Amino acid sequence: MSPDLLKLIFGRLGLESLPLHEPIVVGTFAVVATGGLVMLAGLTYFRVWGYLWSEWFTSVDHKRIGIMYMILGIVMLLRGFADALMMRLQQALAFGGSEGYLNSHHYDQVFTAHGVIMIFFVAMPLVTGLMNFVVPLQIGARDVSFPFLNNFSFWMTVGGAVLVMASLFIGEFARTGWLAYPPLSNIGYSPDVGVDYYIWGLQVAGVGTTLSGINLICTIVKLRCPGMTMMRMPVFTWTALCTNVLIVASFPVLTVVLALLSLDRYVGTNFFTNDFGGSPMMYVNLIWIWGHPEVYILVLPAFGIFSEVTSTFSGKRLFGYTSMVYATVVITILSYLVWLHHFFTMGSGASVNSFFGITTMIISIPTGAKMFNWLFTMYRGRIRFELPMMWTIAFMLTFVLGGMTGVLLAVPPADFVLHNSLFLIAHFHNVIIGGVVFGAFAGIGYWFPKAFGFKLDPFWGKLSFWFWVTGFYLAFMPLYVLGLMGVTRRLRVFDDPSLQIWFIVAGIGAFLVFLGILSMLMQFAVSFLRREQLKDVTGDPWDARTLEWATSSPPPAYNFAFTPVVHDNDAWWDMKKHGYQRPLTGFKPIHMPSSTGTGIILAGFATAMGFGLIWYIWWLAAVSFIAMLAVGIGHTFNYHRDFDIPADDVVRAEDARTKLLAGAK
Amino acid sequence: MTVAVNPAQSGEPVFYLADEHPHPEGYSTSLGFWIYLMSDCLIFAILFATFGVLGGNYAAGPAPKDLFELPLVAVNTSMLLLSSITYGFAMLTMQQNKIGQTQMWLAITGLFGAAFIGIELSEFAHMIHEGATPQRSAFLSAFFTLVGTHGLHVTCGLIWLVTLMVQVWKFGLIEANRRRLMCLSMFWHFLDVVWIGVFTFVYLLGVLR
Repeated sequence: MSPDLLKLIFGRLGLESLPLHEPIVVGTFAVVATGGLVMLAGLTYFRVWGYLWSEWFTSVDHKRIGIMYMILGIVMLLRGFADALMMRLQQALAFGGSEGYLNSHHYDQVFTAHGVIMIFFVAMPLVTGLMNFVVPLQIGARDVSFPFLNNFSFWMTVGGAVLVMASLFIGEFARTGWLAYPPLSNIGYSPDVGVDYYIWGLQVAGVGTTLSGINLICTIVKLRCPGMTMMRMPVFTWTALCTNVLIVASFPVLTVVLALLSLDRYVGTNFFTNDFGGSPMMYVNLIWIWGHPEVYILVLPAFGIFSEVTSTFSGKRLFGYTSMVYATVVITILSYLVWLHHFFTMGSGASVNSFFGITTMIISIPTGAKMFNWLFTMYRGRIRFELPMMWTIAFMLTFVLGGMTGVLLAVPPADFVLHNSLFLIAHFHNVIIGGVVFGAFAGIGYWFPKAFGFKLDPFWGKLSFWFWVTGFYLAFMPLYVLGLMGVTRRLRVFDDPSLQIWFIVAGIGAFLVFLGILSMLMQFAVSFLRREQLKDVTGDPWDARTLEWATSSPPPAYNFAFTPVVHDNDAWWDMKKHGYQRPLTGFKPIHMPSSTGTGIILAGFATAMGFGLIWYIWWLAAVSFIAMLAVGIGHTFNYHRDFDIPADDVVRAEDARTKLLAGAK
Repeated sequence: MTVAVNPAQSGEPVFYLADEHPHPEGYSTSLGFWIYLMSDCLIFAILFATFGVLGGNYAAGPAPKDLFELPLVAVNTSMLLLSSITYGFAMLTMQQNKIGQTQMWLAITGLFGAAFIGIELSEFAHMIHEGATPQRSAFLSAFFTLVGTHGLHVTCGLIWLVTLMVQVWKFGLIEANRRRLMCLSMFWHFLDVVWIGVFTFVYLLGVLR
């Protein structure tokens, strides 16, 4: 075939795009491909494709979508963490003239992919998954406001993850750092597909995130059960509301800034170029106007989880509910007024830097208030050191430390010394691992029995906990030291041999975290095998306080046979206190949304369009775009999107629960 | 909603609704669509900010004074404003359940919208022909992106309008279609408001600059 025809069909994709010259990538591919094939074969052999398609992939049930988000987050955690281990190993080795084992081309992709994956495809899915699963249950709703949109949002997130993963084996990923600053990310300096993978991965996933933000805001505002006023909402729901407001108010900024970067790259405009009047600083400002709220998007729900966990496992009402809510709202607002602290050194001048330094320090006040609220909740409580509570205490210790180094970095003169150093790396891992990751793990441990009807195995859980916590400190405390000594981030090789010991310690820490992750996977497996012993039939294994524990575990598709009525902040605790009797008769048909495959199909076309744009396969992009349009419009011609669960089915499900509960007594 | 008293425990608080009615279809739609519009508004806000920052960077290329023909832009603006009025008429006739008139006003709205897009495209073509391409300077990049994004929105609105006309024709002015027409109405007026901003800040202030 002529080269022109090949180019028309495959764009710039060719055999040479496959990284066959990188043995590490080829090895990874072999492992992933074998694992994937085994999994596909297994699914086919056990004939579960139909079940997965009809019960999960096309499901609009918020609980199933929530669980799928969690699975996505955990799978991507493995990829993101593999990158982390590779970096730690490289930095521990590359001393005394050694080049380590990663060449710079590969190493730069590894640190970029690590950041992008951990934020967008690990932390975001974990947080969104927990909100999706828990919020409708906590507010006594049957589903979210827009169930189809919820399914679509999830698959768009998956589409973004697929593109980022594809870059590992087809072509390459960006070598720019996780925020892809121009002019480095512009076409002149990054002419290959890496940055395009970055752009389209994030754009596809970003659509999903924005829509899911709109969806959850509407759910919380419109679908609360009777009696649940705003100031009776559980704190997790409050933090979810604020997080989703942040999502809707910040992700469009990311969408625009990436769109402008793609115009620069594809069309040759001059937004962020060095010449023709372009301004790279514009990009840096815009991306951080999204980027700073983003870290609060991640950490606010974690604060909510800790609030639920602390009050449940202390057996007490949460201390300072009102101040907790106001602290959350204040953080939400302030998170928009601090973005410039990410680049104090980039020439804004003393006055501007002072303003942003002060606003940054002010954020520590509401955060500190929260910390004291948790402490006072524990004070004189009957604390049960179950796994979620252990994660909470580890969070409180770790996050305070990370918060203090954050206030230190907020001082512009100090930042001039420490910016771009490993001190900064240590700081943000300290708050993101200590806050978001520990929060997600506390949430998983806490709500797992709600989702599946059995608790997680405590032995492997505790093992995982101790590996993670000690591993975290060993991995990142040395980075504080190195940062204070002036070691900058993203370095591949080092000259000064006296630094090596710190990197070796950090590497050991990372290995311990690796054992923590393995223990966690082991915990899931062991819990599944021991599910009969770990079973919970009451639906309320922790003697908890909020509404999600009022229904069975796992909850029926309709969540609550009768819509609850709330009289108190701790609605379920209030019901228990008043000797609430579960209704046994009078069930009626329940109106529910129907499943649809449109979401996954649309997201599939969006992903194909992204792939076409990345590789300049214009026909693929155009065909996918038109298909997307056609399927989307076709979907609007379907006016019958819901059905009634017959009363008989409700009676059957509720009777089964009655029998279980009777057996438990 | 009625709250049935649980007879076994009269005097005790009621913890569930024995008799309830599901939320009406589209219960959250208007709020959801408003929030979507606000997120879209943010997209325009960022594009305006970008134009504000880069709009004076001509890179020794053409400036607004050399490029903009205000009479043409005035005609274009009136097209869009008129389309908003006619959309309003469509909504009024929809309230009166007059399908034929609703469809007619929707069609007229579409024609005005298409005229707007047509004039905008010819303006773009003229500028590009004169060498004022999006690649020429940061000012032109920001100009074409801001105005083009608005035009893209109007185009999406047109596709949506045609879809809705087909749906009204096939299924009548049923509740779901009324709600959809309402959403498109908000979208259409929103684009008008954005255009007022474009006309003022890009064209009028641009010529003064």
